Amino acid sequence: MSSSHPHSVGIANSQHAHFDAPLTFKSGAVLPCYDLVYETYGTLNRDKSNAILVCHALSGHHHVAGYYADDPNNVGWWDTMIGPGKPVDTNKFFVVGLNNLGGCHGSTGPSSINPETGKPFGAGFPMVTVEDWVESQARLADLLGIRQFAAVMGGSLGGMQALQWSLSYPERVRHVLAIATAPHLTAENIAFNDVARNAILTDPDFHGGSFYEHGVVPRRGLRLARMLGHITYLSDDVMADKFGRELRSGKLDYGYDIEFEIEYYLRHQGDKFAAYFDANTYLLMTKALDYFDPAREHGGDLDKAFAIARASFLVLSFTTDWRFSPERSRTLVKSLLHNRLNVSYGEITSTHGHDSFLIQHTHYHEVMRAYLDRIASEFAA
Amino acid sequence: MSAHDHFSLAAARPDFAAIAAWIPQGASVLDLGCGDGSLLRYLHGTRKVRGYGVEIDDLNIVACIQNGVNVIQSNLESGLSSFESEAFDYVILSQTLQATRHTEALMQEILRVGREGIVSFPNFGYWRGRINVLLGNMPVSKDLPYQWYDTPNVHLCTLHDFETFCADKGVHILDRRVMTGKSEVKLLPNLLGSTAVYRFRRAG
Repeated sequence: MSSSHPHSVGIANSQHAHFDAPLTFKSGAVLPCYDLVYETYGTLNRDKSNAILVCHALSGHHHVAGYYADDPNNVGWWDTMIGPGKPVDTNKFFVVGLNNLGGCHGSTGPSSINPETGKPFGAGFPMVTVEDWVESQARLADLLGIRQFAAVMGGSLGGMQALQWSLSYPERVRHVLAIATAPHLTAENIAFNDVARNAILTDPDFHGGSFYEHGVVPRRGLRLARMLGHITYLSDDVMADKFGRELRSGKLDYGYDIEFEIEYYLRHQGDKFAAYFDANTYLLMTKALDYFDPAREHGGDLDKAFAIARASFLVLSFTTDWRFSPERSRTLVKSLLHNRLNVSYGEITSTHGHDSFLIQHTHYHEVMRAYLDRIASEFAA
Repeated sequence: MSAHDHFSLAAARPDFAAIAAWIPQGASVLDLGCGDGSLLRYLHGTRKVRGYGVEIDDLNIVACIQNGVNVIQSNLESGLSSFESEAFDYVILSQTLQATRHTEALMQEILRVGREGIVSFPNFGYWRGRINVLLGNMPVSKDLPYQWYDTPNVHLCTLHDFETFCADKGVHILDRRVMTGKSEVKLLPNLLGSTAVYRFRRAG
């Protein structure tokens, strides 16, 4: 087993936590009780100072590293980063990954049964924000006995949660690793999300979010949303490299079926996604992305927003990421500098666009390893 | 960092000790072209400075992080737009001035971002270099270790050149240390000094 999964955390076990204390969302909605599904890797040390929280992005979940005993091919989404001897070294750190509220991988979300109605929440699930997620994550930390995380880390939407930790709970996080993320989305970025949402909302099988009761799935909408998203997560360069103008059958068919390799790839990705992802969750996650804007409550002044932060920061961006461009990270870094916070910033040369943060990349992983080793030296000393 | 590390660093880079001597305890420092972060580490160890480095090279970014130094990956040639005016007590450019393309613009940026600037550079007027040129060759030495075809140094200058530049561009020189190896040079510095360190601020 270890030979087929070198440096793996090994068999992962998902755990469930039930919370009875009501959670009031930023929108004002209240969830009387809820479940969070999570996984942990490594061992929490005696003074509980070695915990790292990994926050997931749009389509992520709690299965961050390792594999399942009954499904060895189901490898965690950030397995390249986390494991014994990997940048997030589970010989040193205790790593927590969870599925966020509103998700569709086991935590309470739109496809869960609402105990008050006996039916799935559907569109009735509260609109969830990054702040709400951090609140629920803090409750999970309480349950695990973690008063302060050595680090909270994530890419993209996960990076936003890591940033929010430094604002919601400045004393509960020592380091924030914010990767391929932004202090808020641009208009263009919200526009992409809205096109994706419209694909789902206008699918006749969506039924205003109550499709569960109709025994259908808004597959066409989900598929389009994923296809569009996927384009924006890649770069022009990587698409040209991977697909170019290659034809699937080697010749033009003069029709609307799949001709170019890129069409095959995108449709395949869309189909795969539509087969397992919940449409309501997709809508919620994209809205959470759109809403994130810590400067908003400070008159648009990001410097003021980060005045409360106490953590040290590692901010990383990728040169070909046009969805969360290096420019967005530099804006963030500028505000961290304004507040005289410890911050290091790296701009990683990569051809893989926004998806770079998930990909094995020597220099990126060296930077992460160097930073995480530094974190480990603080509690080892 | 141990006292021994500080001693060996200061021995390897005499300009470090000269720079540290000017910097008060707890000052804020921006080190441009900070390399592997040695100077900031040294200044943190000896002066408890709060500092950041700016560096473009990937390997140096990793080295800085390993050295426990805050580093911002950025190209100095595109300016210091990430940094606010007068954000730092000192902005340091150590052994990098001669390798910058937009040297004048960078000097102005140093004066904008720092209350004071500190630069060190190899003195092109050093007598050994002059002899090389007299003999018909570009100087190659410990301070100028490159051949003419692979040198990153595009704006070499003498002490005299630098001081003329400062006078012309509204840069007020506050202090100067000239060294050859570990020894300070007082006599005929433009001829006998191999390295110079200047501390300056905006004139007026």
